[in-house]
Amino acid sequence: MSKSMLRLNLNGQNGEYAVADNMLLIDFLREVAHLTGTKMGCDGGECGACTVLIDGRPQLSCLTLAASCAGRHVETVEGCAQGGRLSRLQRAFNEKLGSQCGYCTPGMIMAAEGLLRTNPHPTDSETQEALGGNICRCTGYVKIIESVRAAASGEPL
Amino acid sequence: MEYLPDFKVVRPATVQQAVAAYAAHADARYIAGGTDLMVNVRRGIVAPQTLIDIGGVAEITAIDAQQNGGVRIGAGVTLNELAAHGLIAKEYPAIAEAARQVAAPTHRQVATVGGNLCLDTRCLYYNQSEWWRVSNNYCLKNKGEVCHVAPSGSRCFAAFSGDLAPALMVFDAEVEISGPNGVRSLPLSEMYNDDGAAHLKLEKGEMLTAVIIKSGDGWRSGYAKARVRGSIDFPLAGVAIALKRQGDRLSDIRVAFTGTNSYPVMLRKTEGLLQGPFDVDALTALLPKQITPMPSTFYPPGYRRKVAANLTRALARRLFEES
Repeated sequence: MSKSMLRLNLNGQNGEYAVADNMLLIDFLREVAHLTGTKMGCDGGECGACTVLIDGRPQLSCLTLAASCAGRHVETVEGCAQGGRLSRLQRAFNEKLGSQCGYCTPGMIMAAEGLLRTNPHPTDSETQEALGGNICRCTGYVKIIESVRAAASGEPL
Repeated sequence: MEYLPDFKVVRPATVQQAVAAYAAHADARYIAGGTDLMVNVRRGIVAPQTLIDIGGVAEITAIDAQQNGGVRIGAGVTLNELAAHGLIAKEYPAIAEAARQVAAPTHRQVATVGGNLCLDTRCLYYNQSEWWRVSNNYCLKNKGEVCHVAPSGSRCFAAFSGDLAPALMVFDAEVEISGPNGVRSLPLSEMYNDDGAAHLKLEKGEMLTAVIIKSGDGWRSGYAKARVRGSIDFPLAGVAIALKRQGDRLSDIRVAFTGTNSYPVMLRKTEGLLQGPFDVDALTALLPKQITPMPSTFYPPGYRRKVAANLTRALARRLFEES
């Protein structure tokens, strides 16, 4: 098995890991970095549950090789809360019931986080487009869109 | 935890290095965004020993306007970059619309022009897990002997499902290919075979480096597709049209399809449509003999034939009226 040293910034921390060439980013995150917030859903890039941010852009960790993230910033749902306080987007999902069974939630939050960074006040159709690759099997899409809308508004949550 | 088969990854910085790396390693495959190939690796459909990751090859990532009015698009340009490019959106709406309708934004973030043109063909008996395929004695395209889509035949009917190919073909696209024997170019429409198991006419070790399209001046173009999930899916049928209008007539029209046959089909015999006032029924009447979906998706072929005709009718009318 071919291995190499992987240097990357994971949730704001620089780190160095010995990683096999054939290790997927999701396996690296869950099994090596022990960040199990990122979920494996469909096994084939169809559901979005494994969405993380790579250099600020939402990508699928189940189709990305860990070694291809050398020198990059990778962010998972664990990186959203600061000092034990949930991010505004996470609180919005909590307050607006954007999470039902919760399995798609980390992917939804990371896809929405990527959207809000480039477009802080998206229209609902822009939100739908940005979350288009994320499936909620509980079909709670209305509440998910409301959660993103609430996070983007200036209103108190 | 699911492990992938063991493989080594090589990361060349230039096309020359990539071609040399392919030659130097047994059983190699090129990989760019990986949104098509990694899924097939995970499902055990392919198990290359070496992946040549061309994501770091900077020389194939530019979109350049040409002196003669055309555009050169590097094979490593991502679909999000292509869809967002000002010149493409303005002069080649069919290409921007096709790029925007590929999968979801997370895929388009890394998926490339070259990858979409070289997309593997798809079939409901092929794009399945290992246990699913083995319980069906595999299929003609992968380890088996029978095409379950047409068991009495001797060929594979998996469908080509890339959205970009038809949109580029209506602008007379040429592809530039680098390989062990140097550089060559050919019309995009000639890069494909009518064979789901061997649909690409690329030689071993060859990689796509660029697509060159002619000027979009005077053409009105668009792309339309039908899919199961509107936000993410491959086309059940997709059609790109470019046309030029003169009064109540067409002075030129080009129509190309994806998702229906084993290769992207450039519609033939369109010359007749230029005689007399534009007749959309005469256009759709050309489809039955050329657009021939097989039962390779969960939706039956009859539905895909109808939807291909209806998409064509609606898109042609819209483009003609807007001209």
